[in-house]
Amino acid sequence: MQPRPQSHSAALGPGCTGPSLANPTPLAFDQQRQVAQAPSCGAEAFAVDPAALANGQPRKHTTYPYVTGTSVLGITYKDGVLLASDTLGAYGSTKRYKSFDRLRKVNESCIVGAGGELSDFQYIMRLLEELSDDDFCMDDGHTLKPAEVHSYLCRVLYNRRNKMDPLWNSLVVGGFHAGKPFLGTVGMQGTNYTDAHVATGFGNHLARPLMREHHRPDMSEDEATALLHQCLKVCYYRDKNSINKFTIAKVSAEGVTISEPFALETEWRYKLFENPAANAAGAW
Amino acid sequence: MAGASQQGGFAFDLCKRNEFFEAKGVKHPGFTKTGTTIAGIIFKDGVVLGADTRSTAGTTVADKNCEKIHYIAPNIYCCGAGTAADTENVTGMVASQLELHRYATGAQSRVVTAMTLLKGHLFKYQGHVSAALVLGGVDFRGPHLFTVYPHGSTDSLPYCTMGSGSLNAMAVFESGYKDDLTREEAMDLVARAIRSGIMNDLGSGSNVDLCIITKDGVEYLRNHEYLQAKTYERQFPQKFASGSVPVVRERIYDIKKVVTVVEGEPMDMEA
Repeated sequence: MQPRPQSHSAALGPGCTGPSLANPTPLAFDQQRQVAQAPSCGAEAFAVDPAALANGQPRKHTTYPYVTGTSVLGITYKDGVLLASDTLGAYGSTKRYKSFDRLRKVNESCIVGAGGELSDFQYIMRLLEELSDDDFCMDDGHTLKPAEVHSYLCRVLYNRRNKMDPLWNSLVVGGFHAGKPFLGTVGMQGTNYTDAHVATGFGNHLARPLMREHHRPDMSEDEATALLHQCLKVCYYRDKNSINKFTIAKVSAEGVTISEPFALETEWRYKLFENPAANAAGAW
Repeated sequence: MAGASQQGGFAFDLCKRNEFFEAKGVKHPGFTKTGTTIAGIIFKDGVVLGADTRSTAGTTVADKNCEKIHYIAPNIYCCGAGTAADTENVTGMVASQLELHRYATGAQSRVVTAMTLLKGHLFKYQGHVSAALVLGGVDFRGPHLFTVYPHGSTDSLPYCTMGSGSLNAMAVFESGYKDDLTREEAMDLVARAIRSGIMNDLGSGSNVDLCIITKDGVEYLRNHEYLQAKTYERQFPQKFASGSVPVVRERIYDIKKVVTVVEGEPMDMEA
């Protein structure tokens, strides 16, 4: 019988693949991995920079992200949690993938949204799917609670950060369990907290002030959706790497719904935007 | 210093010297910055400018109630973010130049004149004069609002924010701005935007200053919102209401029985 795929190595900790009883090898004694560029998650080494394969060069891990997502917003309301984001996977300054779902369902009581490197997000979803599959196979009626998902992701991200090979993501975990909404966030270093409203990236500067002003724990779903629309609009106006195509995910006692992508009404034709140099030659 | 007087323009050799020192690990002294939220909005009849009042030196608050809205002309005011010395001196310099210009021309100063003087000066110094300004005023052509960046570029906008709290304030503006605001709506929106910067940005804080400029005049509302008030203020001298302290025991002594009062010579203080 073939061993089932494991996304965790008991020796290397959560989020690192490898032989389950792998000994974490200190840098000086590289027995299994002769090649300097082997990633610590246990995957095959691949040559990227021939010059760096020379002996004595330090191991290089993720140094910057390539295909990125921007902010994710989350708020709790009376009966659940709403997460919102746009559907863009940007490749630097290029708006390359315009239909990327950055809000994903984990199970009937939990959703996860991610900004940052999207390939790392896909890996994180694979980890969560493996855990959900284990729960399903166990068939005892228990599924991962949102707080457990949040705690698990904190450990994964912190463990990878300690290996100097981070999963380059800012995650938002939202869920509804036992009649209470849950909302938390985890950063790429493992920084995490829970709050009534969270945002990642630009959302921290643009959306969080509006949420602090308007959020109440007993908001209705319509009020919460209106507040999220306002925040999404401001993020679209002022964040360069965003598009006018959003999704909102809802978790409540009825389960998880992720909306179809929608656009918001934007205003670009204020009177004073037209002809700014009317009274000021040389201004724009 | 040799180049400056002969060739004109700015000699950058001291900047090279500073870079050399930094490369060697010598830290040059920090300067007071105004980690700031400043904002301006054009409404139907004029301009409302707003600013917070916190001035920081590194991570310490240097001045809890500084003035960031600077006078340029009777009809023009300018909010400044960036290095406090740079904003104060550059706005003071342009205010002086405009006053002399008013004596020469006998006419009211125009906002574009202030903008042109500021951007020319800042561009000449290539961004080393770290002043990010929101310039607003009303002249015979109507209300104007400009942002001036440290490198010398300008924008002409109906609403703008600058400083470390600019994104927080801009979020409020983008949600609340519409064409033809009334004076009260504009004041409320600017105050909310500055408050958003104060509450959500560590570099901004304390109180909200507002300045409303119309063709009829200027209203400078210093500390329009005083958010610094402490919940508990100690009274000086402290007064305790009688009866608030329980008396356990009372004993009255007649001191005259044990003390003798003697009149004497005043002490000689000269020695």
